[in-house]
Amino acid sequence: MDGMESPALLVEGLSKTYTPGTPPAVDDLSFTLPMGRTWGLLGGNGAGKSTTIAMLLGLLVPSAGRVVALGHDMARDRFAALARMNFSSPYIALPHRLTVLENLRVYAHLYGVPDATRRIAELVEDFALGDFATRHAGQLSAGQKTRVALAKALVNRPALLLLDEPTASLDPDTGDWVRGTLERYSAATGAAILLASHNMAEVERLCCNVLMLKGGRVVDEGSPAALLAKYGRDDLEQVFLDIARGRARAESAA
Amino acid sequence: MTAQGGTARRIWGLMYRHLALYRRSWPRVLELMYWPVLQMVVWGFITAYLAGVQGNTASVAAGVLLGGVLLWEITLRSQMGFAISFLEEIWSRNLGHIFVSPLRPWELVAGLAAMSLLRTLAAVVPAMVLAFFLYGFGVWKLGPVLVAFVAALMAMGWSVALAVTALILRHGAGAEALAWGVMFGIAPFAAVFYPVAILPAWLQPLALCIPATHVFEGMRAVLVDGRIAWDHLAWAVLLDGVWLAAAAWIFLRQFHQARVRGALLNIGE
Repeated sequence: MDGMESPALLVEGLSKTYTPGTPPAVDDLSFTLPMGRTWGLLGGNGAGKSTTIAMLLGLLVPSAGRVVALGHDMARDRFAALARMNFSSPYIALPHRLTVLENLRVYAHLYGVPDATRRIAELVEDFALGDFATRHAGQLSAGQKTRVALAKALVNRPALLLLDEPTASLDPDTGDWVRGTLERYSAATGAAILLASHNMAEVERLCCNVLMLKGGRVVDEGSPAALLAKYGRDDLEQVFLDIARGRARAESAA
Repeated sequence: MTAQGGTARRIWGLMYRHLALYRRSWPRVLELMYWPVLQMVVWGFITAYLAGVQGNTASVAAGVLLGGVLLWEITLRSQMGFAISFLEEIWSRNLGHIFVSPLRPWELVAGLAAMSLLRTLAAVVPAMVLAFFLYGFGVWKLGPVLVAFVAALMAMGWSVALAVTALILRHGAGAEALAWGVMFGIAPFAAVFYPVAILPAWLQPLALCIPATHVFEGMRAVLVDGRIAWDHLAWAVLLDGVWLAAAAWIFLRQFHQARVRGALLNIGE
């Protein structure tokens, strides 16, 4: 924390155990995400990424620790923070019998967006939704759904954006378009983004810092370049495999 | 935007999400009216038959039966309108987005209650009009106290719906059937078509704990004796307060527990 501006996210000792006596899904996680930065949350299936994001959003009550989002303690004042946050995941749908425009209107109301009509028009243009704006969300292709979900995630111009695998199941062209859009949004608004992803190229391109999760704990952290240098690898996927298969320490020591 | 303005806007956002479904789908609107109208037609013929065999007491008996049908439909539709609007969010797998928005839990409840009111009006008003034109029974003959009866019955419907919603939060899709069936289990004890005195003595205290029981006793007092039973109305209001408070407590507790268990993301699966 630089003392001048609240961080986008302050996470201290965050833990979650779903069933007493079983290993924690997230174990003593601490980090500070500054405003204007994009960080990655990397880890294999079951590493604790989705549990972490759910706790950051207030969907899940932590077993221990605390989350301060945009200066608001999520345990006491989460609605003030949620108004300036947003979230997108391909695993949570938008109402499929509503049209794209209706979906955006619903969320513009829920987030109290001023001049919602103009904001929705901007999103329709920015995300090229015009050709299918009056179609039901359930009738869209995966790529179109992702664009609508991202438009929804930006409807309130969030200062903190949490994304869970935003380009999962997208073709390379659409995935590249999504990544470009996120880069432009962050650069233009100074928003912070926390990105959980299995796409290593995406993380290398977007993130200035990466938290590597395994068994619910941060096992390594650094910029993509620093991690590549530390592990002596050419790409982040190899670093990921080193960590996932427990050979990180031996090889980095050698 | 003021805090009140923000609250109103979020509640409207939730209502808009449901109203948009009805705006384009006449079968959905028709489905709302279908059962109440069907009930009214069937009970209308039954009362016409009774009128034929009971002579001059028929018009009173018919009024009591048809009034019971119409007012019970209000209770039933207000409960179903609330619970099914919540289920729509589960079916469309949208709860995750709803709960990470600034919509407070009580605003969610207010939005569902508002939708329940609109759905109930759309369902019951056509049946009321039909009852007047087909059988000459106007429920408005109850007088201004009808407004209090309707409010008390809707409050009971919402309290039951809140409890059902809490069970859905706790047990997921397995509890969905309660959204349709639970009120049918209460009906025999709510003295809809007969006075509480008809029930076995040991059941009567239980019946008198149900807000609707007092509304229907009050309805019969108006239609049979031509008087307003203020004591029954007061009991209905008091019991509604107790039922709503208990249901709100159960709902908020289950909502918190769902956040502890992580159920808000995968409920309904």
